[in-house]
Amino acid sequence: MALATVLFAIWGFLWAGYFALDGFDLGVGMLFLLLGKSEAKRKVLINSIGPVWNGNEVWLIAAGSVTFAAFPAAYAGIFSSFYLLVALLVATIIFRGLAFDFRSKGELRWTRVWDAAFAVGSIIPAFLFGVIFGNIFRGLDMGPGGFSGSFLSLLNPYALLSGVLFLALFAYHGSAWLSLKTGGELQRRAADAADVSLIFLVLSGAIFIVYTVFGTHMFNNYVNHPGWWIVPALLIASLAASRYFLMKRYSAAAFLASGFAVVMTVFFAVVGLYPDLLPSSRSGAFSITISNAAASGYALWLMLGVLVIFMPLVIGYQLWVYRVFRSPLLEEVVMNDEDAY
Amino acid sequence: MDALELSRIQFATTTLFHFIFVPLILGLAVLVAIMETKYVRTGDRIYLRMTRFWGELFLINFALGVVTGLFLEFQFGTNWANFSRFAGDIFGTPLAIESLATFFLESSFIGVWVLGWNRVSQRVHLFSAWMLVLGANLSALWILLANGWMQHPVGEVIKAGKVHMVDFVAFFTNFYGWLKFFHTMFAGFTVAAFFVTGISAYHLLRHREREFFLRSFRMAAVFGLISSFMVFLVGDEHAYDVAQTQPSKIAAMESVWNTRQPANYYLLTIPYPGHNRNLVQTLAIPRGLSILATHSLSGKVTGLNSIPADQRPPVTPVYLSFRLMVALGTLFMLLGVMAVYLMRKPDLHRRRWFLWIMLAALPLPYVACELGWTVSELGRQPWIVYGLYRTAAGVSKNVSTAEALVSLLGLGLVYLGVTVTDIYLLTKFAKKGPPRELAQIIDLDEFRST
Repeated sequence: MALATVLFAIWGFLWAGYFALDGFDLGVGMLFLLLGKSEAKRKVLINSIGPVWNGNEVWLIAAGSVTFAAFPAAYAGIFSSFYLLVALLVATIIFRGLAFDFRSKGELRWTRVWDAAFAVGSIIPAFLFGVIFGNIFRGLDMGPGGFSGSFLSLLNPYALLSGVLFLALFAYHGSAWLSLKTGGELQRRAADAADVSLIFLVLSGAIFIVYTVFGTHMFNNYVNHPGWWIVPALLIASLAASRYFLMKRYSAAAFLASGFAVVMTVFFAVVGLYPDLLPSSRSGAFSITISNAAASGYALWLMLGVLVIFMPLVIGYQLWVYRVFRSPLLEEVVMNDEDAY
Repeated sequence: MDALELSRIQFATTTLFHFIFVPLILGLAVLVAIMETKYVRTGDRIYLRMTRFWGELFLINFALGVVTGLFLEFQFGTNWANFSRFAGDIFGTPLAIESLATFFLESSFIGVWVLGWNRVSQRVHLFSAWMLVLGANLSALWILLANGWMQHPVGEVIKAGKVHMVDFVAFFTNFYGWLKFFHTMFAGFTVAAFFVTGISAYHLLRHREREFFLRSFRMAAVFGLISSFMVFLVGDEHAYDVAQTQPSKIAAMESVWNTRQPANYYLLTIPYPGHNRNLVQTLAIPRGLSILATHSLSGKVTGLNSIPADQRPPVTPVYLSFRLMVALGTLFMLLGVMAVYLMRKPDLHRRRWFLWIMLAALPLPYVACELGWTVSELGRQPWIVYGLYRTAAGVSKNVSTAEALVSLLGLGLVYLGVTVTDIYLLTKFAKKGPPRELAQIIDLDEFRST
């Protein structure tokens, strides 16, 4: 049980890593058409994430496959219950991934099509992640035979609100990234985008929290173990700090703070869920929890060993990649770089 | 049709599409890394141009490989939830190791390789190329160990209707998985070799960039010759191993109905599954099948009629796919020998008939790969885990027929669309040829001296 709890924490860490990293990629994609009013600006936007997005996206694969290895029943339950949402998410995020390499490989109209694909392939997946996780927080209509609700029941108001919340969070995080990686007019417009998305984030977040208090069991752990209030406190503090740093033009600090806020958002949810991985809205007896979904002790120890060896390595070389590409992008430079997307 | 049938079609469709892109990634990564190594060693700029040109085609294909693989990772959960619950204890581990140890590597270094030409030193750039090779091929290893376990389960016990991993070393050293890995890896190398020789032949036929494409052709021809022989040798050992571990698959591969000892190999066989026999079997090689399947002159080969009807795979497609794959594999060795022989002649570019053949041969290794997976996966039926768990039992129970149909049509269209786009782009950029000048990469030393 203690071992399963450790793996549960790592499970949360992998999702936090995914959303903190690919979150700003998706945010840049959402803002792509809004901020990219010229080809030079679009090139700056997409190339700001060009060298890192691929490595960021693999955090999703890692989170998914570690769910499979450590909690097979949760992997099976989550992915089959959200069947069409997962299929749609994958079908759209495919186009985001292709847009990088493909957009500069044709004439103007071709580029326009892939630019649209890039934006749509960022907006829809970000929204669907919110819808899926909103449903997880709320609990699914699961009986002894698993999920028995309809597809439309997954599009309930709480889940849709959660989708909006994810959009706003990633748009904010993406804006913070852009204020770090761009200059001049684009940087100013990114700061405006950050302000607008922060307003959406605060508004949707406030409604979301009220809804969560009354409509879910997510706060039970906080009531029973008040020490965990530190997580939402840090979440709010880091959001406020990132806004302050943006205002002061400490772009790197602002970006790190918004990334930390994304991590705390995921931790907030993970603490609230524990020990459930996929709660049932009908009865706790039908919930998928770390005890009824965990793999055998042998498999869990093995998974833990693999994670302990490889995650520091992965984080190490990914940090190195970020360091190699640390300098901000200038329009004239990107336009003359024939390798740029 | 029900959700089970649709899920099977969807798995087959997405896997076969995904595997259009994977083999070229495995092999072309190696060729491009060799080209870049030669450039760094010799400083000869033609190798830099080769790295750039073939690297461009590699990247178009790489993007497709990555995005089409995403759904495969999730599909075990979406469509095969019962299988995932049953086998996740051991089957999830290699997938997790694949993403953590190898896929991260490949996808983190790709950014440096693509956009880092002016940002990192030559050596670091070259290092990124080899990390890409390592990441891609070791990813294949873990995926094929996972598949190897579905073919020949080892290292687990079954408790309360679920698999429990008890011996990871046994899982990791599963001979079946390693054979499959080397067979697949060399198949990928063969695809890449014929890709490069085919496109080089196209340009040589049009008298363009002779030096550039002769060098590319020669490098790929040697690579292809070695790879096509290796894929055949490993394949022979693989078939022998299948005969020991999966009697129903080998029987279907050779369309053997009656158990024989010793068993002949029939060059011409026409299966007649409705009547549990072959319509035609003639041109016998005495004891041929005994030699292939048991490595002895008098080995016994179990026929399909000795296997309960509900444990037999569909015979005709497995048999035809296997025969055609072997025929193609033989052809690749032959073409490899011819290519290496003729490339030593000074007038290779004038032997137009041969260049035409090599251009025409470009798609054939792809076909062989798809046939190979058909043998492997269709031949395992009706099992999802051979001998342990049936495919029909593994399907998700809470996915409706309508949902399965929508996802099959939607994803099928997306996969088809992006594949057509890929072929269009590859053709376009392959035809365009290498850029004349690489003005954008100015050696810093050259730059300073001017």
